[in-house]
This record gives sequence, C-alpha cells and structure tokens, in this order.
Amino acid sequence: MSTQTPATRKPAGPGVGPMHGMFGPPPSKSKDFRGSLKRLLKELGPERKIMSLVFGLITISVVIGSFGPKILGRATNYVFYGFLGRQMPAGLTKAQAIAGLRAKGESRLADMLQKSSVIPGKGIDFHAVYHVLTLAIALYAVSSLFMWLQGYLLAGITQRTVFRLRRLAEEKLGRLPLSYFDTQSRGDLLSRVTNDIDNISNSLQQGLSQILNSLLTIISVLAMMVWISPELALVSLIAIPLSMFVSIKIAKRSQRQFIAQWDWTGKLNGHVEEMHTGHALVKVFGRREQAIGDFSILNEKLYESSFKAQFMSGIIQPTTALISNLIYVAIAVLGGYRVATGGMSLGDVQAFIQYSRQFGMPLSQIAGLMNIVQSGVASAERLFELLDAKEEDPDPSDATKIDRAEGEVCFDNVSFRYIPEQPLIENFSLSVKPGETVAIVGPTGAGKTTLVNLIMRFYEIDSGSITLDGVDIRALSRDDLRRQFGMVLQDTWLFTGSMRENIAFGSLDPSHEMVVSAAKAANIDHFLRSLPDGYDSMLTDDNATVSNGERQLITIARAFMADPAILILDEATSSVDTRTEVLVQQAMAKLRAGRTSFVIAHRLSTIRDADTILVMDKGRLIEQGDHAELMAKQGFYYDLYASQFAEALD
Amino acid sequence: MLISLLRTYLRPYRKSVAVVLFLLLIQAIANLYLPNLNADLINNGVVKGDVSYIWKVGAVMLAASVLIMGASIILAYLSAKVAMAFGRDLRGGVFSAVETFSARELNQFGAPSLITRNTNDVQQVQMVLFMGLTMMVAAPITGIGASFMAVRTNAKLSALILVVVPIMAILIWTLLRRIVPLFRVMQVKIDRLNLVLREQIGGIRVIRAFVKTDFEEARFASTSSDLMNTTLSVTRTFAIMFPSLMLLMNLSSVAVIWFGAKLVDSGSMPIGNLTAFLAYIMQILFSVMMAVMMSLMIPRAAASAERIQEVLQTKSSVVDTTDPKVPAERRGLIEFSDVEFRYPGAEAPVLSGISFTAKPGQLTAIVGSTGSGKSTLLNLIPRFIDVSSGSIKLDGLDIREQSLDGIWSEIGLVPQRSFLFGGTVAENLRYGDAMASDEQLWDALEIAQAADFIKEIPEGLAARVAQGGTNFSGGQRQRLSIARAIVKRPQIYILDDSFSALDYTTDAKLRTSLEQSAANATVLLVAQRVSTILNADQIIVLDEGKIVGIGNHHELMDNCATYREIVLSQLSPEEAA
Repeated sequence: MSTQTPATRKPAGPGVGPMHGMFGPPPSKSKDFRGSLKRLLKELGPERKIMSLVFGLITISVVIGSFGPKILGRATNYVFYGFLGRQMPAGLTKAQAIAGLRAKGESRLADMLQKSSVIPGKGIDFHAVYHVLTLAIALYAVSSLFMWLQGYLLAGITQRTVFRLRRLAEEKLGRLPLSYFDTQSRGDLLSRVTNDIDNISNSLQQGLSQILNSLLTIISVLAMMVWISPELALVSLIAIPLSMFVSIKIAKRSQRQFIAQWDWTGKLNGHVEEMHTGHALVKVFGRREQAIGDFSILNEKLYESSFKAQFMSGIIQPTTALISNLIYVAIAVLGGYRVATGGMSLGDVQAFIQYSRQFGMPLSQIAGLMNIVQSGVASAERLFELLDAKEEDPDPSDATKIDRAEGEVCFDNVSFRYIPEQPLIENFSLSVKPGETVAIVGPTGAGKTTLVNLIMRFYEIDSGSITLDGVDIRALSRDDLRRQFGMVLQDTWLFTGSMRENIAFGSLDPSHEMVVSAAKAANIDHFLRSLPDGYDSMLTDDNATVSNGERQLITIARAFMADPAILILDEATSSVDTRTEVLVQQAMAKLRAGRTSFVIAHRLSTIRDADTILVMDKGRLIEQGDHAELMAKQGFYYDLYASQFAEALD
Repeated sequence: MLISLLRTYLRPYRKSVAVVLFLLLIQAIANLYLPNLNADLINNGVVKGDVSYIWKVGAVMLAASVLIMGASIILAYLSAKVAMAFGRDLRGGVFSAVETFSARELNQFGAPSLITRNTNDVQQVQMVLFMGLTMMVAAPITGIGASFMAVRTNAKLSALILVVVPIMAILIWTLLRRIVPLFRVMQVKIDRLNLVLREQIGGIRVIRAFVKTDFEEARFASTSSDLMNTTLSVTRTFAIMFPSLMLLMNLSSVAVIWFGAKLVDSGSMPIGNLTAFLAYIMQILFSVMMAVMMSLMIPRAAASAERIQEVLQTKSSVVDTTDPKVPAERRGLIEFSDVEFRYPGAEAPVLSGISFTAKPGQLTAIVGSTGSGKSTLLNLIPRFIDVSSGSIKLDGLDIREQSLDGIWSEIGLVPQRSFLFGGTVAENLRYGDAMASDEQLWDALEIAQAADFIKEIPEGLAARVAQGGTNFSGGQRQRLSIARAIVKRPQIYILDDSFSALDYTTDAKLRTSLEQSAANATVLLVAQRVSTILNADQIIVLDEGKIVGIGNHHELMDNCATYREIVLSQLSPEEAA
C-alpha cells in the first residue's frame, strides 16, 4: 500500500496561477549549473532556427516598442505648442512674442518659447498630430504582433522539446536494468519524468524569452532616457539600483520565510495525512488528544512562517512603489522646471515618466526569472541523472533466433548475489525437461522470486550458465527469451484500459474469438459478460467492481492469450475470497497443462505433484528434490510441511 | 458557501478587516490624487513657468507617496495576518471535525479526500482571501475612483472609457473562456500521463516478461503527444493575451491624445488634464484587468469552500455518551445480541440477527467470503460505527452507555491495512503504551515474530519508519502492527485479516506465541485461510450478513455446508478430513 502525499509537488502547467512563485517550492540548487544549462540548451538543438527567429522577433518588438512613448511625447508637444500658440494673438511672429514676454519679465516662458515651434495665433497642428499618432499606432501594432508571434513560436519550441525529453526518458526507462527500479523509489522516478520535465518546460517558456525581453527592454529604455535627457536619466539611474537593492534585500529575507512556510506545510500535510489514514488506530490507542495537540503546534508554526513570508513579500511592492513614486515626483518636478525654463519639451517629460516606469519592471522581474531558470536547470540535472544511468548490456548482435521453445531449462553451476558481500545462490544446478513442474517453496521473504529474476534475465548471473533448449540465454535477445515465458504474479498488474485490452495486452489486432477463448480458459468469461460494457468495460485503479481474485483471473487470461512455452506462476492468493480462489486454482492448473512451469507454490497438491521442489530460505536455496526425497531427508522442507499442513491433517 | 465560511471564520478579525478596507480606500484615493497633482503642476506651474509652484506641488506629491507607502505596509501586515490566521483557524476546525468522525463519515468522504480538503482546499480559500484583501477590493475602488476622477477631469473625453473598458473586458473574457476549459483538459491529460507512467514503473516486470516495452512506449507516446497538443493550445492562447492587452492600452493612449488634443484646441480642457487623463485611463484598465483575473479564482475557491463546509457540517453518527457508566471489571467479555447494521436508506442490512458471546481466554474466528460483513462486525465493537438495532455489551454494559475512551482502552486493534506512523519502530510500538520499556517492546516483537528483522537493522528499535510504513514489506508491517497491539496488553484483540501477508510458518508461529501471551484476552480474528482458524475455540461463519454456522472446526465440518465449502476450496478432501 503506498500512500499518496498531497505535499508532493503537483505538476503545474505553463504559467499556472499568478501566485506560482509564492506557493511553489523554493528553487532547488543545481550541482553543476553551467554544465546542466549547456546540456539543456543543447536539447533545444533541433529548434535552433526557430529559436533565432524568436530572438529576432523579440529584439525587433522590444526596440520598436520602446520608441512608442517618445513618439507619443512628440504628439503631446504639438498639442502643447498649439495650446500656447492659441493664447497669443495671431499675426505676431515668434520673435515678437518672445520679446514681448521678456519685456513683461517672463524670461523663463520666453526661453521655453524660444526652443519650441510655436506659431502665435495658430492652434494645434492636427495634421502633424495625425501623422505622429498614425506612426505610433503602426509601431505599437508591429511590436505587439511580433510579441505574439514569438510567443506562438516559443510555445511550439518548448512543447516539442518537452515532448522529446519525455520520450527520451521513457525510452531510457525501457533500457534500464530491473536492479535500477529496485533501488530507486518509484515516486522519485516518476517525479523526474513528470514534475521535473514540467518544471523544465516552465522555465523554458517563461525564462528564455522573458530574460531576453527584460534585458533588451532595460537597454533600449535606458538608451531612450539618455537620448531625451542625460541629466534626468542620471536621476533614474541612481534611484533604480536603490530600489533593486531594497527589493532584493527584502526578497532574500522573505525567501527564507517561504522556505520555512513550505517546510511547515509539508510537515502539517504529512501529519494530517497520517492521522486521517490511521484514524481508527489513533482512536483506539487513545491518541486523539495528542493528534490534535501536535496538529495545533504545526498549524501555529505554519501560521507564523506564512504570515512572515506574506508580510515580508508584501512590503517589497510598497517600498519599490515609493521609490518609483519618488522618481516620478523628481522627474515631474525637475522636468516641469526644465519645460518651464525651455530646457525640455513637455512631451519629452511625459515620455520620460513612462520610460522610468518601464525601466523598473524588468529589473525586478529578472531576479524572479533567475529563480525560475535556476529551478529549471536543477530539474534538468535530475532528468539528466536518469538519462545517464547505466543501461542493460545490449543484446548480442548475432543473437540466436528462437521461435517457440520446447521448454527445456538448465541451470549449470549458477551463482548469483544481489549484493556482492551476500552470497545467495552458489553453484546451483537444475535440469527441467519440457512439461515438468518446478515448485519453489519457502517462508515469506525467502527470495523465491530470485530464480524467476535470473531465468528471465531481469538480473544477470555472476557465473555459470542458464540454457533454454540448450542455448545459453545470453546468446538470445532478451525479447526472444521473454517471449517464451508467461507470468502470473501475485501482484496482479493491469493497466487502465478495457478488459479486452488488458487480456490482449498489446497483441496487435486480436480477434474477438481469441480474447474470449482466453477468458473462457481463465474462468473469467462469465464475469466479463456480466459487466455493463462486457469485454469493453474499463478497468481503473478505483474500480471496486473487480475484486482481487477477478484481477488475478484476468492476468491468467492474459497468459493464455500469450500462449507461452514456459510458465511462471505465483500461487499466493491472499485476500482472494474462497469462491474465486477455486476458480483461480482451476484456471492455473489448466494453464500449466503441457507447459514447463515454475510455480511459487502455496498449495500442497501443487507442491507434492511437482517434479522438483526447490526450498528457499533467507534468499538462499537450501534444499532440492521431489516430495518423497525431501520428506525422507527430514530437513527444512519437512519442518515447513509439518507446520503448514500437519494441523489440517489431524 | 464561500461567503458564509468567510463570515464565520473572519468574525474574530473583523476589526482588522475594517481597518484593511479603510486603508485600501485611503491608498486608492492617494493614488488617484497623484495624477491630479501632476495636472496642476503642468497647468499652473509648467505652463505659467511658476517654478515655486512646481516645487510646492512636488512636495505634496512626495507626501502623498509616503502616505501610500505607510498605508501599504500596514495593509500588507494586516492582510497577511488576517488571511493566514483565517487559514490556521479553518484548518484547525476541519481537523477537529474529522477527529470526531466515526468510520461511516470517514468512509463516506474517504481519507484522501479529507486530506485534500484540509490542505489544498483550505489553501485555496486562504489565498483568495489574501488576494481579496490586497487586490480584489482595491481593483473596484481604484476603478470607480479613477472613473470618477476621469469624468471630473473631462466628461466628454470620459466617453472613451465606455468604449475601451468593454473591449478589454470582452477580450480578456473571450480568451479566458477558451483557456479555462483547456486548462482543465490539460490537467486531466497530465494526470493521465502520470497514470500511464506510474503503471509502467509499477508493472515493469510484467511488461518486460510479456515483451511489451514497445507497446507501452507507444501508449506513452500517444498520451504524451496528446498532452503536448493541449498544452500548445493553452500556451498559444496565452501568447495572444499579453501583446493584445498591451496593444489595447497603447491604442487607448493614442485615442486620448487625439481626442484630448481636439478638446485642448477648442479650449474646453487645460493641457495638464490631458496627462492626468492618460494616467486615469491606465488605472482603470489595470483595475479591469485585475478584476477579471481575480474573478477567475473565485469559482475555484467557492468549490473548495463548499468541500470544506461539507466536512464542517457533517455530524458524527457515533456520539459519545455524556453520562458514561463504568463496568465493574474490564475483562473483555463481548456479547452481541440480535445485532443489525444497515446503512441509512439501504435496502438490505449489512449484518442482521447477529448474536454470540466472545469470552476472555477464547479465540473467536470469523470467516466468510468477501462482502459477508466480517469487517463491519469487528467495527461495531470499538463503536467505529453504531448498531442499527440490537445491542453489544462489553463487560456486561451496553457499549453506548460507556465512554468511548473507556471502550478503546480495552482494545488492541490490528486493522486490515496495516498502517504504521512515521517515526521510529519504538515510537510506533509505544502507541500501545507510552511508558513501555525497551524490554517490553522486544517481548512484543518476539511474540509478533518481528524481532528477527528488527534485530537485523543496525538501528534496532530506533530504526526509521517512513510515513505509512512504506519502507517495510507488507508482512513486516503486519507483524509490527500486531506487536503494537501486544504492547498495549489489551483485554480484547481485534485482528482483521492480519495474517494475510504472512506465510504459513510465520502465521503458525505467531498464533502459537500470541495464544500463550494473551491467554486471558478475548481474541477476535477475521481470516481467509483455513489453517489460521483451525484451532479457534469458536468459529463464526458469515454469509451475506447472517450467521450460518457457529462452533469449532470439527462441529462445523459436520454441520455447516458453507464452512465445508470454504475449507475444501483450500485443502484437498483427504487433508481436511
């Protein structure tokens, strides 16, 4: 039974939720950031051309877009000058107007007029305004169009890359030896292929384009600001690092709190999960009060850390907003002063204000983007670890072909250890003729599946040899070898799909008759017909209508369908109710008829009738022989037999 | 649902909420005031060349900025405090509610669902509250305020708002209406991909044995490309959003300048107001954008709130008595008389006419096929569920007259799904008795046939147990959870199919040693295996919720057909004889 942990990261789609950064896990650090980043970028190789197109589009879009405020500023100027001109009497020349103003002592206004293109008496030059605005619209439209195009293309790049990575990982899983799966936690493996790849997708989609976008915006906006007024640009340049510094300082502190919050959330969720799952036990063992008490402590801790985290991150915005407001005021005042004194046009001040607002945003974004990229690279690293894991030795290129084996299996002096220091199977020899049955018996955890692992080449033997019909199994391709076997295990593995698909299990285009006859042979035809959709009923994890016993029957039907020369059966039928058990036994007996069988045996009749009994204990093979021989030996088997069945025999 | 949940759980913080709303108002007004000041600065300062006026207005603008910051910081403090405290209280409420649940309510929701409700769902609601306190309320205030100011600045030009705002709302709404269902589809496909992968990793042996790696790879590839296509649609739709909103905002500025210029030219608007108007229209558009985005979160949070309310409003079907009686002696005598249990509204009862006595020192075994009501019968004893009619007496007193804690103190429970708590082996065993010595723990492990494998771990009793005990095998978990019950030294053992993962030898050894150590206890045991129950003092055979046979092995072999059928299915006739 594996318990699901809600605290584990749920895969998030691209750009999911505005609060992604706040509630996501803290970015994990990568071991070799540069190396992994390089390799990740190499995975984008096939997209190189589109990628450079995307970069080109972003560059054009940003540069064009940054001209917008400056151009709108020109429109404002025309309006302003028209406004001023309208207030002066017509017929006056500009020089006269200026002289008039100076005479009145309005020397500042006179200066401003000097620099402008005001024509006294003439109102706004709408023709000029029209031209400027049309240009602005065109620029904005092109900029937005390009921005959209790059987003569209980038989505393709990202998703295709992610698809390729998923396929690489999946194919890799197919080539890894079973020992890899035995040593790795399933959850971790799963998370590398799903969550980590998802995270990579996120950082590609958001990170790549936005970092470039932000950098370009900073550069071009800065250029525009310097162009308009180097002095005012200097003011902004002093203030902006200040706001960066402040926000990074606070962000760092709040990051710590977010990590704490994440940590406590995990602990609290773990506690909740545990207490709810073990509800009955908590009650009967009198632990209810303690459960609530522990919960309150964790809950309080979570509250404290999340309050601090939210508050800290909450003050970043007001502080940077203050700084940005200060700049705004400074520019408005200084700019206003300079307009009034003719040092600058009103439109330029307006444009400058807009630029200074645009300038701050990408700066604060970059810090966040770096986190996204960092976490993406860390994920890529985890994925690469999987992709770099050692694979099974490849099949021999000149593999012996085998169509259908007779079913003669020989172990010759076989030795095998899972762990080099722990001897398990030493110099084991066994010869099984076609059609014979080998029963493997022993207490729980005796390692009865070890032999199965070896014979199907899930694990490689250390010395000796195993032959099938006289051919060393290492001389065969793994697929060819395994095709000779059928397996019915206690762990009734079925996949989500219809009953028919599960029985046919990948047989291409199976005829209905074949599936039905397999189901009939496995005593499951009647049950399948009784389901609402018959053979097409779906089998899902939470399908309560299919009991363990019925699942077992379906796996037997699957073995019938495969029609193998050699069988591997596990008789253990825990939690199968007695009536179904009868059906399972019958079906297994039918399946065994005429095939070489290795049975992990629990039923006395199977064991007694077996041609060879292998007795295992603590992972080692300790006795070997038929029932009569082993009983006569009065050894481990004798004891086992007595403890299991003697009671029923009195 | 969302509203009533907020109303209940925000009550203790209503003063803070009021302050938050007040500050939001101040903040919004101050923010609206800034462009107005800027207009004044241009109209009266720049245009007239009045430098001292420029400085003066600049100072006021500075003061307004500082005021905004002050308000924002207090706002951040209060809203974080209120929202997080709300989340804390709600989690506490849900957790305590679940702790009172009986097995029936627990099964009705299912543990995984309860876990999600108490974690993710609370998080959702808390998040919306937090956003609400900081942004959702601010958006309409700013929007309305900015509209008001815009109209005040120039009523004619404000007609533009009536054009731009609906366009923006429709634009966002259309895009979101396309994206939101796509998102849902995408989530389903992500789950599907995870499922396929989980199945493949879990079934790796079977897949390789049947040489179906290629088939599985194809299955994965089609799921993966399916997901890719949906994700592409989502991200591509998203890609339209940002550029089109930017375009709309920029076009609005252009329109303001064009139409504003006409008004300035005709003398009906001072030039500074043009700048102010530009600022207002941006504020309006931003608040519309915010409001639409935020409103997307509400349905999700409402669904979460509903799921939380369901838990909070569910009353346990098992109520502890307020006037508990205590039996003269706690020795573990259990008497069922004519017990019936049915789910409310169910046509047929799960159990009916159940009468038997389980005495101290006796082993009572319960057999029957799946669905015959074995586990239900066991669940009635600790009052995980209550009988519908009839009665169960424990030590001579009806269990409904005793306190739950009193009943539970007598019981050592080993559930069907052996569950271990995260921690160490010793901590798990001490669930039975917090004061138990190491020696007692080892004794219990010996009896449960678990001492060997614990000894093999270098840490011994201090060995880590992963949550749920997943780092131990099924058989090991079963033995540890039996040991945990033994440490408690209970008067009653309830063993619900607790030997299923053990092989016959271990099963037999465990039963023998348990019989010796629990010689005076009442043992109730559900089992599938005949060999496990052969020696029981009393075997109860259940079939479709009724007792069809009661007696020892030999008696039942002679006179109970159902029992004989069960036995014969597991042993050949000559063995069973």
